[in-house]
This record gives sequence, C-alpha cells and structure tokens, in this order.
Amino acid sequence: MNDVLPPGSPLALPSIEAVELGLRSAGYIPSRQIATAVYLAHHLQKPILVEGPAGVGKTELARSVATWLELPLIRMQCYEGLDEAKALYEWKYGKQLLYTQILKDKIGSVIGDADGLVAALNKLHDFGDIFFSEQFLEPRPLLRALQQPHGAVLLVDEVDKSDQEFEAFLLEILSDYQVTIPEIGTVVAVTTPIVMLTSNSTRDLGDALKRRCLHLHIGFPDEKLEAQIIASRVPGIEAKLLRQLVSFVQQLRVLDLKKVPSVSETIDWARVLVLLHAGVLEVDLVRDTLNVLLKFEADIEIAGKQLATLTHKARQDA
Amino acid sequence: MPEVNNLSRTQARERYAASEPLRRFLQVARGAGLRVSAAEGIDAARAVDVVGFGDRAVLKDTLGLVLAKTPDEKGLFDECFELYFKRDEFAAQDAVEPPVLPEPMSAQDPTVSGDGAGGQGGGTTLGQMLLDDDRAALAAAMEQAAREAGLENIRFFTQKNLYARRILDRMGLRALEREIEALRQSGDDEAIVRAGRLEGRIEALRDALRDFVERHLVLFARGETERFREELLKSARLSNLERRDLDRMRVLVRAMAKKLAARYAKTRRRRLRGQLDVRRTMRRNMGWGGIPFITVWKQKRIEKPRVMVLCDVSGSVAPMAQFLLMFLYAVHEALSDIRSFAFASSTIEVSDILEKQEIEAAIDDIMRTIGYGSSNYGNSLADFEDGWGAQVTNKTTIIILGDARGNRTDPRTEIMARLAQRAKRIIWLNPEYRSAWGTGDSDMYRYAAFCNLVTVCNTLRHLERVITDLLESAAA
Repeated sequence: MNDVLPPGSPLALPSIEAVELGLRSAGYIPSRQIATAVYLAHHLQKPILVEGPAGVGKTELARSVATWLELPLIRMQCYEGLDEAKALYEWKYGKQLLYTQILKDKIGSVIGDADGLVAALNKLHDFGDIFFSEQFLEPRPLLRALQQPHGAVLLVDEVDKSDQEFEAFLLEILSDYQVTIPEIGTVVAVTTPIVMLTSNSTRDLGDALKRRCLHLHIGFPDEKLEAQIIASRVPGIEAKLLRQLVSFVQQLRVLDLKKVPSVSETIDWARVLVLLHAGVLEVDLVRDTLNVLLKFEADIEIAGKQLATLTHKARQDA
Repeated sequence: MPEVNNLSRTQARERYAASEPLRRFLQVARGAGLRVSAAEGIDAARAVDVVGFGDRAVLKDTLGLVLAKTPDEKGLFDECFELYFKRDEFAAQDAVEPPVLPEPMSAQDPTVSGDGAGGQGGGTTLGQMLLDDDRAALAAAMEQAAREAGLENIRFFTQKNLYARRILDRMGLRALEREIEALRQSGDDEAIVRAGRLEGRIEALRDALRDFVERHLVLFARGETERFREELLKSARLSNLERRDLDRMRVLVRAMAKKLAARYAKTRRRRLRGQLDVRRTMRRNMGWGGIPFITVWKQKRIEKPRVMVLCDVSGSVAPMAQFLLMFLYAVHEALSDIRSFAFASSTIEVSDILEKQEIEAAIDDIMRTIGYGSSNYGNSLADFEDGWGAQVTNKTTIIILGDARGNRTDPRTEIMARLAQRAKRIIWLNPEYRSAWGTGDSDMYRYAAFCNLVTVCNTLRHLERVITDLLESAAA
C-alpha cells in the first residue's frame, strides 16, 4: 500500500487499525493507545510528547513510525546547554572566512573603480548578503526536518534534559512548523513532519509545551502485550519459555526495587536465554542471568531471596 | 429572509448540539481538578471530530491524549471519564448508542417540565410515571429537569437540598402534591389508596434523586471543594490548624515549594545577550591576530542564597517553625546551603537531624530535644554568635523566626548589631500580629532596628511570599 502512496500522505493512515498494522509491520507492537496517538498526531498535525520509564520503547516508537512510513528519521538528542546553534542552524564560519579571503582580490576589482567610500559601500550593497545566504547555512536537525520534501519523523529525544530556554524556543516549531532565521526570513515546513518528543520526567516540562502536544504515557505493557513484543523482537524463542519469562518479569515489577526491569531488559534477557539454549526457566539459570534484568546490587539481593518462589510461580502460570 | 435566518440558526444549534456532550464532559473534567485550557478544549473537539463518538475505548484514549498531561491527571481523567459515562448509561439504559448523547426527552414529553395540568386522578405525567413505575422515563425526566435546574453548577455539598428541590419542582411535584391532596379530600376509598401509593413512590423518588444529586456533586464539584479547602488552609493561621489538616498542609507545602524550586533552580547562569565581553573576546582571538572571529558575551552569575535559619521552638512559635523548616528543606535545591538552628533557652544546630531524617520525624526529634521551653533570646543569640558567628559571611541571609518574647531577659541587642554587620541581611519573621509587637515582654522593636526586613508571618501564604522574595532578590 505504501509503495503507491507518497509517504506520509494522509491516505497512508486511514484508520487506527491501519496504524496498528503498520507499526506491527515495522516490528513495533503498539497498544491501542499508542496507535491512537500516532493516528491523531498525523491528522491533527500535533506533536506527541511521549513520557514513561526508561526502556519501554519511546525512542523505538519514532524509529518504527519512520521505518513504516519510509520517512527519514531526524533525531535530536537533548542535553543541558543545547542551544539554537546546535539544534537549528549555524553559519559555516570557516567557509565564510575562506571565501572572504579568496574573494579579496575580486572585491578589490569590483569596488576598485568607485570613487569615495560611500560609492564603494553602495556597490557592495548591490551584491546583497552573499555571505549570509543558504550556501553558508549549516542546517541542524530542526531545520533539516522542516526542509525534507516528503516530510520526516522528527524525534526530539529526552527533552527534559534540555534547558528551560530551549524548551521555550521549541514552541514556535511545535505549533506552527516554522522557524525564523533573522538573516534569511521565516522557513516554513515543506511537508509537516511528524514530531515526537520523549521525556523521562527528570524535571517537569512547562505547561506551554505540554499544551501544544498530545500527551502519551507509555507504561509497562501487560503480560499479553509484552509476550507479543518479545516474540516479535526475539524470533525463535520457544513459546513456553516466552510465557514463563514474561510472567517472571511481570512479578519482578511488583517488588519494591530501585529500578524495575523494563521491556528492553526483558528483550535482552530473552536473547540471553535463547543463546543459552534454555527450554524452561530454572532457578539456577535465573540466578546466573539476573544481572541482565536488574542493574543494582541491592535489587539483585532483594530478588535473589525470592527467586525460588518467583520462578516456581512463573512456571506454574505458563 | 426570516427563513434564511432560521436555517442558519438551526445549523448553529446543530453544531452546538454536536459539541454539547463534549462541552459537558470538559466541565466535568475541570470540576474534577483537571486543568483544561480553552485551547485544549478546541483540540479535544478537533480530535473527536477525527475519531467520532462511535468507539468508547478510542474516545477515552483520544480525550486522554489531549486532556491529561501528567500521570496524576491521567488517573483523574480515567476516573472522571468512567464516572461521567456510567451516569449517562443509566439514563440511556444501554450503551449501544453513543453514551454521551443525551436523550432527546423534550420531544417526547413536552409536559415534563411544566407544572402539569393535573386533576384527573394521577393524570399528571409525573404521577402516571410513578404509578407505572416507569423507571426509564423517570430517569430521563430527572435528567431533563436537572439540566433545566442547572445542576452542573452545583459546587458545595450545602447546595444539595436546594438543587434536589429545584429538580422536583421542575418535574412537577407541586402539581402532584395538590393532586394527592385532592384525592384525599374526595373521600373515595380507591382514590385514597391511590394517594397512599403515590406518596410512597414519591418517597422513593426523593431517595433516588438524593443519590442522583450526590453523584453530580462528586462529578462536578470534587475538584472545586478540594480547591476551596486548600484556599482556606493557605490563609489559615498555622497555629490554629487542627491535627487532621496537617497531612493536607504537608502536601500543600511540598507543592508550593516544588513550584518555587523549579522556578529558581535553573536561573543561575543567564547570558546577557548583546553585551560583548571585550576583554575575554580579545583573549580568545589572539590566534587570529586579534580579529574577533569568536565572540564572547558577558554572563551574569546568579548566586543561590546561603541561608541560616534560627527557629524559636518554644511553645508559642513551634507550629510555625515546623512549616518554615519544611518549606526551606523542600526548596533546598534552589538554595546552595541551608543551616538550621533551633533555640528556646539555648541554641543547637539541627541541620544534620533535618538532612538525615524524614522531615516529620526530624521535627518531632528537635521538639523533644529542645522545644516547648520558655525562650531566652539573649542567651540564644550569644550561643549562636559563639558557635557559628564566624561562619556568617557577606553572602549569608539570616532568617530568624520568633515572637521576640524573651520573658524579660536581656535581649542582647549588641549581638544582633554585630550579626547585621557581618551578614548580607537579616530577615525576621514574627507570627504575632503587628499590633502585639512591643507589648509586654516583646522586644520586637529593639531587634527590628538591625533587621533588613521584619514581617508578620503566620500563614502558608505569608511563608510562600517571604521565600519567593528571598529567592527573587538573589536572582535580581
């Protein structure tokens, strides 16, 4: 279907089910709510703000949308101190400098015959801002996303890590899909990109930003969905082992841990178990590989005490 | 001409009707404490236009995406979505129909809202419905009357009876009562039995209605009542608080402090745009023969305030001290350094206790060690100067919380004078009203001469203002 349609056209997303299927085809198993969010983001042309614990597939969602719609994924990782020059555009100083040196003689010959400073200056003015034109503009992720002819998926990753000023600066792009460059003018998106912002809630984002976005909270998936995700990500895993390990991880999440295992950890663990040719969950096996799931010594200790019960229950459930 | 006019008006009404269920839901959501701005309302309408009312699960997901923006709000939203739709299910009986759409009752029962003609032995619509025990019709009539009575404006539980009465009136209860009276008077046995039956049914109706109004109160006014309570608490004198309000106060203090901390924690380094730092620019560009390719701009460093707090923990001021400390420790990421001291007749440092323990336990601990005695300001100040006076620098703000009542002991104002010279400034917070200062054993005015700011502080609002000023003056 996507081969015929220009990527990103409204026709590519006729319904929520289509989004669900599309994302599945890209290897991402979405919950209904995630599919709804993508569908709405496209039709309302609004960015999605994705929040949730680390490792539940926030970044992966953007990647999958891009793969599915065959759009380029433009990713911008946020960090403290990120500013316009790194996010939006920068002038190619080096090139400008080089060109002024090379053109020095030419400029001499152009204005050489002018008499008086004013006449020379006027002559220079006639050339316009040659050094501040698009040739000398180095587009950074945000500008690049707006310039893509067929649209793009713009991923603003971990926006909570950026400064508040930068967050405010994002507002223009998020609501109007345009940016203003003083020397050139306003750049409007050729095709509206699909914008996703992710946040780990290390700080509260401003209301203004939140208001402009659809707010999608991805939590840990339930047992059924997680099993589907693992099956899609770790092909070749035995059905029985799959059920057991998902049940085990789900039980771990209820414990009082410093950092509960996320979906990405479950996937890693499943890969490890497949690699070890495990057919069923054994207590010893779990003990040896627990460090894949839990990243803190204290957590491993807490879980270690209950390992036998947890494993037993997981085997019974499955 | 009039026809055209009419047409457009009908169209307008149709559009209005389409957005009516949504509008009502938004009102419910606001009532429950979700902050839904007008822009978000418009977004919600657009989103619903895209997905339609057809699938309830999709509708819930959609509105959730647009309206709820924090995990807390998500929870609230889910709850109030369920409540709202449960209510409408009850009116519309089953939920095959889009459950938000109200039943077009007025078309079926034009007389429901009027006082009814009455007179023919249970002939009013209401009487007939009661006798037939037609629950669906009764529920619909109740909904209709509730809409007319403006039940969605209910805000406080005290209004319950008022609204119940209004709804009953609109359902035609008065006419029915007159009718029952008439039946009684008629002397006819059958009529009297009928009247008795009707009265029983009316009682049942009243019960159902009470339930109905209650549900609405929960639906529309929960957030409002909560807000009202919070407003009250914010301006209540802290010494008058009851024990059961303390938990709520703690939540409030944390919320306020979090807001302040978020606002001031990040503003430490602010670039002064457009002001070239000539010296540093020249230095940076030495390599290019002094041609300024790379510019360096002036920066302003904003210092976090260093705070030393002295809290009087004698009986009279203790409740206040508790909240001041709680507030300061909650904003502590916006401060570089807090050291806290407690005094009654002598001074001890309590920073350690406060840092290591949960704030509530810590405060109990402090109170046990030193609190509730009679205060001696002179002694306490002397203790402070001896022990920590050397650590007061020109960057330190000293906050003293106390009523300045030293039980007629020597106030030792000369110590205050020395402290005032060393410190950046001294702020004195007094929980007593201004009129009480200087009366009896109060030395407030003697100390006031050495303070940069002396202010009354006995509610949460006062506290918030003082701490905002503190953070703001550091940022300026």
